[in-house]
Amino acid sequence: MGSLQLNSLIKQFGKSSDGRLAVADITLEVTQGEMVGIIGKSGAGKSTLLRMINRLVEPTSGSISFDGTDVTSLKGKALKKWRSECAMIFQQFHLIDRLDVLTNVLTGTLGRRYNILNIFKIFPKEEKINALKALHKLDLSNKALQRVETLSGGEQQRVAIARALMQKPKILLADEPISSLDPKNSKIVMDDIKKINNDEGITVICNLHSLEVAKQYSRRLIGLSEGKIVFDGPPENLTQKLSQELYDLENE
Amino acid sequence: MNNILENYSKNYSEQIKKRRFWNIFIVLGLFIAILISSSIIDFNVTRIASGIPRLGDYIAKILPNLDTNLLFANSQIEGSVPYWYFNFKKYIILLYETFNMAVLSTLFGFVFALLLSFFSAKNITPNVFSFYFVKRFLEFLRGVPEIIFAILFVWALGVGPLAGIIAMTIHTTGALGKLFSEVHENADLKSCEAIRSSGGGWIPQMRYGILPQVLPNIISYALLRFEINIRASTVIGFVGAGGIGQELYLVINFNYYEEVSAIILLIILTVITIDITSGALRQRIIKGVHD
Repeated sequence: MGSLQLNSLIKQFGKSSDGRLAVADITLEVTQGEMVGIIGKSGAGKSTLLRMINRLVEPTSGSISFDGTDVTSLKGKALKKWRSECAMIFQQFHLIDRLDVLTNVLTGTLGRRYNILNIFKIFPKEEKINALKALHKLDLSNKALQRVETLSGGEQQRVAIARALMQKPKILLADEPISSLDPKNSKIVMDDIKKINNDEGITVICNLHSLEVAKQYSRRLIGLSEGKIVFDGPPENLTQKLSQELYDLENE
Repeated sequence: MNNILENYSKNYSEQIKKRRFWNIFIVLGLFIAILISSSIIDFNVTRIASGIPRLGDYIAKILPNLDTNLLFANSQIEGSVPYWYFNFKKYIILLYETFNMAVLSTLFGFVFALLLSFFSAKNITPNVFSFYFVKRFLEFLRGVPEIIFAILFVWALGVGPLAGIIAMTIHTTGALGKLFSEVHENADLKSCEAIRSSGGGWIPQMRYGILPQVLPNIISYALLRFEINIRASTVIGFVGAGGIGQELYLVINFNYYEEVSAIILLIILTVITIDITSGALRQRIIKGVHD
C-alpha cells in the first residue's frame, strides 16, 4: 500500500523579502491507513499544510509524493484525479447551502464525470445509490432530500464526510473538522472519521485545535509551531512542557 | 481631567470649523458649476414659462371628447369609449408584439449575460485575459444606447420587431452581464473550494459552487430588466423597430390626436400591471427559490 511523503516542503505567502514562512521545511511520511492528528495553535501552518497536500495551495518549494508518483508536478486530468483521491473536509463544511443533501453528496463525483452532464445535474443511478449508501453509513439517509441549510452543524459536517466518501479517497484531509461544533456533535463527527479510518483503511490527516481530542483519536500526533515540526510521535510521548509550548498560553 | 476635556472640545470645534469651510466651498463650487452649465445649454426661465401652456394645449388636444351619457355606446357614435378605441384590436396585437419583444430580448440577454458573467467576475474568472476582454466587451454592449442599435438593425434588416429584439438583446446582455458579475464577485467561494478540492474543474465549480447561491439575485435582476425592457420596447418602436411604439410614432406624426392618448393610456396600464406582478414575483424569489 502507498505512503504519502513530504520532502522539505516550504510555503511562503507574499514576497520573499517579507520573509515569514507559513510552512517551513516539513519532511514527513504517512503510511496508508494511519490516523494522524496535526496539532498546534492557529497560524502554525496546519491548514496550509493540508491544502498543499491537496494542491489547493501550491508549495513554494519541496515535493509531495504518493505511492512513488510526484504529486507536486501533476497537471490537468492527473491533478484532478489526485485531488479526488485525497478528499478534504473543512471547518465551515463548505457545502452548497441551497441544494439538497443528496446533490451535495453527489458533488463528490463531479471531477470524474462529463461536464455536459454536470451542467444539467444528471447523475447516474448507481452514483445516487452510492450517495444514499454513504449517507446511510453516517446515519443521515432520512435527510437526503432536505436542503443543507436546514441541517444542524454536526449533520452538515457529516454530509461533507459523505461527500468525501463519494470520491473513493485513499486519504482524508480534515481541516479543523470540529472547530465550529458543540462537544456532542464533535464527538459524533470524530467517531465517524475514526470509523472510516478503521473500516475502510483510509489514511486520515486531521488538523485539530484541541489537544484532548487529538490524543483521544490518533495514535500519532504531529506538533506544528511556526511552520516547523516540533513533535512527531504517539500522544504519550508528548510532554507537559511541549504541549504548553505548542499552544502558547493554554495550560493542562 | 478638566484639561483633557478642554483639549478635546478645542480639537472638536477646530474640526467642525474645518469641515464647515469645506462644506461652504463645495456648495459654492456646485452653484458656480450650475450657472456655467445652464448658460451653455441656453437655459432660460421665460422660455419655459411661455412653453408650458403649449404643453397644456397639446394634452388638451390629445384627450378624447367623451360624452358621459354615451360612454358605452357603439363605436359609430362620437363621444363613446368604443369610438375612442375604435382601433383597440390593432393596439392589442401591437401591444402583444411589444410584450413579446421584451420577453424574447430579456430571455436571450439573460442567457448571454449569464454565460459571459462568469468570465467577467474578478474572483472566479478562469484567466486574466478573458476577464478584461469580456468586461470591455460587456461595457461596449451596454455603452451604446439600444436606440442606436435599433436604428442600425432597422437599416440592415428592415422595419419590424426583429430589429428591436436584436437591439434590446444586445443592450440587455451588457447591462445584465455587469450586474451578474458583480453578484458573482460577492459570492462565497467556500463551496467552490470544496469542489476544487474534490477534483472538479472550473465548469462544475461555477455550476454548483456559484450558481445556486447567486440564482435568486440573478433572477431578481432579470425581472427588473424585463420591466425596463417593456418600457424600452415601446420607445424603440419610434425608429421602426416594431410594436406599439411604431404605431404611436405614426399617430403622433399624423396628428391623430385622440389615438395618441388611447395608445399612451394602454402603454401606461401595461407597464403598471407588469411592474406590479414582476415586483411581487421578485419579492417572492428573494425570499426563497429552490436551486
